[in-house]
Amino acid sequence: MTAITTFFKQPLVVALILIVVLLVLGESLSPGFASADQILRLLIVASLLGIVAAGQNVVILGGREGIDLSVGGVVSLSAIIAGNVMNGADGGILPAVLACLAAGAFFGLLNGLGVTLLRIPPLVMTLGMLGVLQGLLVVIRQGIPSGRAAPGLSAFVTQPLLLGIPGIIWLWIAIGLFMALMLNRTVFGHRIYAIGSNEHAAYMAGVPVRLMRIGLFMISGMFAAIAGLCLLGYSGSSFANVGEQYMLSSIIAVVFGGTSLAGGKGGYTGTMAGALLLVILQGILTTVNIDESGRQMVFGATLLFLMLFYGRGRAMRA
Amino acid sequence: MTSTTTDIRSFGAGGFRSWLERYPFLPALVIIVALLALNGIFSPNSLSFRSLTGLFSTYLALVMLAIAQTYVVSAGDIDLSAGATLSLVNVAIVVLMERWGGGAGAVLLALALGVLIGLACGLVNGLVVAALRLQAIVATFATSIFFTGLALYVMPVAGTPAPALFWRTYGGRLLGVPFVFYALTALAVLLFLLSRTRIVTELLAVGDDQQAAYQTGLPVVAVRIKGYLLCGLFSALAAFCLTGDTASGDPLVGGKMTLYSVAAVVLGGSALAGGWTTVVGSILGALTIGLVNSLVFFMGTPSEWQNFVQGLAILLVLMAGVLAGRRAHA
Repeated sequence: MTAITTFFKQPLVVALILIVVLLVLGESLSPGFASADQILRLLIVASLLGIVAAGQNVVILGGREGIDLSVGGVVSLSAIIAGNVMNGADGGILPAVLACLAAGAFFGLLNGLGVTLLRIPPLVMTLGMLGVLQGLLVVIRQGIPSGRAAPGLSAFVTQPLLLGIPGIIWLWIAIGLFMALMLNRTVFGHRIYAIGSNEHAAYMAGVPVRLMRIGLFMISGMFAAIAGLCLLGYSGSSFANVGEQYMLSSIIAVVFGGTSLAGGKGGYTGTMAGALLLVILQGILTTVNIDESGRQMVFGATLLFLMLFYGRGRAMRA
Repeated sequence: MTSTTTDIRSFGAGGFRSWLERYPFLPALVIIVALLALNGIFSPNSLSFRSLTGLFSTYLALVMLAIAQTYVVSAGDIDLSAGATLSLVNVAIVVLMERWGGGAGAVLLALALGVLIGLACGLVNGLVVAALRLQAIVATFATSIFFTGLALYVMPVAGTPAPALFWRTYGGRLLGVPFVFYALTALAVLLFLLSRTRIVTELLAVGDDQQAAYQTGLPVVAVRIKGYLLCGLFSALAAFCLTGDTASGDPLVGGKMTLYSVAAVVLGGSALAGGWTTVVGSILGALTIGLVNSLVFFMGTPSEWQNFVQGLAILLVLMAGVLAGRRAHA
């Protein structure tokens, strides 16, 4: 009996059950919602969110109130950079990928330096960085057009690549495997949990805590940059603040995946399920015929309700 | 006993640190004086009584929202729905004032209802964060989506004007003195009265060490809910100021202000972890953001660069605020 209750209390299991429930609900509200085509589309959207959430996940796992509010800004910036570098030509895809990764790593580095060397709380540092990025986006937009996605990139994101499944979903699966291996099988991964659960103990054990933390913010920036690039492929051209939505939804995906905001506990497999859950919920809300206000109210209330299933704080005891 | 050790420590570290410890908002004050001076250099007119009045009437809403955020941060919580609460109260009072004819009675009744709406939003946040024990960042983000939905329901598109009586009073003069100064005086009295009550101390105790506060017999859940109620109240007051300034309703107006309110709290030398906050600091923090924005404008920054320079300047003062604040309570 206890084994069964523990099984059903695992965040991943909770998320998967909720996903199935939502799919059934969606299908009954609008027939065809859970068809193979629709599920593929939901998976594409979820993979964009999931890639951003991968970076968010490692920063949060690293603890000390780790959080990255600047991911949305990096996604938008990366979409513009990619659009201009490739400008509709397949030959520009590789340079675009490199340029985006460099930009993401650069802003991640700045975040990491602020958090470690100056010891600015991550929330404050990345919030300030978000302001800078948003300003930068305005400057860039005045000077140059938004650019276009290369056909090869659009096909990678929207067209079937292998076994009828688009490349971006394969990319997401690969990232999922990579994250699982990194977190569970490498020294680097173990050190993330170490600094997340007890930074001081990790430092005493010889973990280069500052370098680690800088690295985590750089990883977050680079994942956001990849997502921005793929987002350009998804929408064809970038538009103002296209990445803004990812700031808080990436955090919610991580929380729905069972990773504690206090750090040191959780993993990426749950986050993937969390991202999918969030996207399916949004998908249902766009298919049912209610106006924007009702949609937002239902979305907010459902998020609150779903949060009840995850990591509630402990009751005070004397 | 504690006071003795503090005395020795501050004696050893010199006068500067003990000053910072007592007045953590000193760095913000220095930054404000510097910003005022710079504003004066780039545009002497900006220091005129008229311009300063304008600055106050524009940024009083942010000041109020920063105060709102301060009370929840004191207890170690955060409210990402403060801006959405502001939007909801903004559209609600504009719609109600219009529906009830826009007379003095209608305005007062709508404002009273606005306060109630703000308190209700605060209560919802307090219940989900403190009573249901959800994580404050994500839970208040979820409630912010809900409140935004409500605001959109009340007023689907921005633009309904507020009655002339309301914004003329806010932007006008009473007995020769601009109305904002009466509002500021009322705010000062309200804050003074609040500081005489136990609630602020209780919030700080909970923020400093929740477990210790609980063990000394504080009703931690109730205290945190009270923090969110105060936050809702001041978010409603912020909405009144904003409506007076913009003279219209906009269901999405507060969305961008939430993060600024958090930044203002940090700028004021408060610790986001809780237990170490001052309302005066948050007020100065909000004014710093306002002054940075006006300075960037008066410096003649090209319009497309303004957002970037503002963002960079705010990031830099945030860093300065955190660094100086840490010196105080390290």
